[in-house]
Amino acid sequence: MTAIPHLQIKNLRAKIEDKEILKGMNLEIKGGEVHAIMGPNGTGKSTLASTLMGHPKFEVTEGEVLINGEDLLDMAVDERARAGLFLAMQYPSEVSGVTNSDFLRSAINARRGEGNEISLMKFIREMDKKMSTLEMDESFSHRYLNEGFSGGEKKRNEILQMMMIEPSICILDEIDSGLDIDALKVVANGVNEMRTADRGFLIITHYQRLLNYIKPDFVHVMMQGRIVKSGGPELAERLEAEGYDWIKEELGIEDETVNANV
Amino acid sequence: MSVDLQLRFDSEAITEFSKANQEPAWFLEKRLAGLKAAGELQLPVLEKTKIDKWNIQQFVPFQASSPVASVQELDEVVKAQIDLDNVSNLLVQKNASVQFFAVTDELKQQGVIFAPLATALKEHGDLVQKYFQQVIALDEHKLTALHTAVVSGGVFLYVPKNVEVKVPLQAVYQVAGDDALVSPHVLIVAEANSKVSYVDTFVSGEGNNMVVNSIVEAFVGPGANVQVASVRTLSVDVHDYNFRRATVDRDGTMEWVLGEMNDGNTVSNNTTLLKGQASTAETKTISVGTGSQRQNLTSQVQHFGTHSESNMVSKAVMTGEAVSILNGITKIEKGAEKANGEQAENVLMLSDKARGDANPILLIDEDDVKAGHAASVGRFSEESIYYLMSRGISRQAAERLIILGFLDPVVAEIPIEEVQNRLRQALERKLG
Repeated sequence: MTAIPHLQIKNLRAKIEDKEILKGMNLEIKGGEVHAIMGPNGTGKSTLASTLMGHPKFEVTEGEVLINGEDLLDMAVDERARAGLFLAMQYPSEVSGVTNSDFLRSAINARRGEGNEISLMKFIREMDKKMSTLEMDESFSHRYLNEGFSGGEKKRNEILQMMMIEPSICILDEIDSGLDIDALKVVANGVNEMRTADRGFLIITHYQRLLNYIKPDFVHVMMQGRIVKSGGPELAERLEAEGYDWIKEELGIEDETVNANV
Repeated sequence: MSVDLQLRFDSEAITEFSKANQEPAWFLEKRLAGLKAAGELQLPVLEKTKIDKWNIQQFVPFQASSPVASVQELDEVVKAQIDLDNVSNLLVQKNASVQFFAVTDELKQQGVIFAPLATALKEHGDLVQKYFQQVIALDEHKLTALHTAVVSGGVFLYVPKNVEVKVPLQAVYQVAGDDALVSPHVLIVAEANSKVSYVDTFVSGEGNNMVVNSIVEAFVGPGANVQVASVRTLSVDVHDYNFRRATVDRDGTMEWVLGEMNDGNTVSNNTTLLKGQASTAETKTISVGTGSQRQNLTSQVQHFGTHSESNMVSKAVMTGEAVSILNGITKIEKGAEKANGEQAENVLMLSDKARGDANPILLIDEDDVKAGHAASVGRFSEESIYYLMSRGISRQAAERLIILGFLDPVVAEIPIEEVQNRLRQALERKLG
């Protein structure tokens, strides 16, 4: 196999329209590691995810991101995906008329390249297997992509895509929001199945709850558009018990959002 | 109006054709009345589309083609539309002649009449006469009059009370050769509580200066259910005029599935008259504008019956320098209490030079009704493109998925697989 995947984020700054949101973000993720980014609302967590994936609304103003040593920021969105990056989105689009299975097969084949397409039988087998892990009804493969899906169904569908595409760096953006505890366990189960030495994870969440089911190796707290504190799983537990105020106090932060002047 | 050019046929040619086909006297009278009216009547007035410079009547009608003994001998463009291993109920027409016709014994035993119009005129003349031109009159405008003068081919489909026809009946019409005309008249009569689906395709062969002028009339009886699916993939060398109209009795349902995939200029009008209480109309249309073609596509529903319901969906993708005018007309007459008419026109613009107009029109003369419309003209959702690309799909492939997805819900409604597949191919071809 290839070398262990490696994502390096160095002093990343990004803005939307004229508002700077990421203000010097540093993070390094390697294959086999699970990183969690926690933090209150409005601190730039989802912007980080969207900026890494290349959402057209966000503009990088400074810094560098390397995926396996290559310049990620120089790549188009689809090239980033083919380089191994995956983002399970908080609000995935609904695309009418494109069935889930046609979409997934196109995505898989885009990564495999022309002449090396997945056989239809193998694809169906894989999809059936993964849908059953995620306790998704068979009918989802023929339904139009996310159209009319409930919030929870969309989240499962994001994880299904991740399991089918088998990326090397996976970012999960608030995959737990809107999920009840049973659905959360199912989704966590899917993620845990994919934890291997040749895959790294970045999990963005408000709540420690998700981290009971997906055990992180590293926990980072984001405030004012950058990481202000890092630690192990015990950091998440303390946040769950005590909230964020002690960190703000420790660091002398009054307004933790990206609106603060820093 | 421009100066009328000399017609390339006359009453003698019409009479000769009618006699050769042993048509009943009343039918010849209609033809001659049509010819006379064609010289007097104006063209239909169309929203934002001038057609007086189009090829309206410069064609040579009644061009004969040889019949074939087996579907294998048909032209490739026609064969592609047919499930060659399972030919059951099928009419194939080229220009003025029926080339191939098949009907199953099962259908006959059910009392269903599925016949070429010329045959039906001979064998069921009275029945044809009872319905012919009862919803689209000879003298509505110049094009209906011309159609009547030169009509050749088409089908007569009669479904008796309580009979359900399980398989879709198919017709393929081909226009081919210089100055050729195909002008079929399709007459569908579905008696009470019957059910039938008819699918036709219009294709073209080599040739210049060709014309299609076709009419569909459908009579949907009480509780009956009629589906008409029509796909037109005529070349840039064809001017296409088509008028389809259905009248629906109480509790009846009329469903239209229309693929307007011509490369040439097109006028299409599709109207359903909801006469009966709780009658229903479903109209779904897709079109793709390419090159510099002009299209005027009208879907219309007129509510007379109380509790009648209609739903119209039109989707168009515009490329090149094409111009399409999509009219959606919901008319609710006084007395049609509790009627509900919904319509939506959606245009996806892929070129700055193309033009796509969505004109939703609601005309309501009754207070106690529901009606709604939604129209949109726009480009791709960048959010959707981003989402698809984030899974590794190139921008080009993502756009393609979205365009085909935009149209697919209508394509998927066509009940014959071969026709559906050819329609998908036509889409791929038109979208380059």
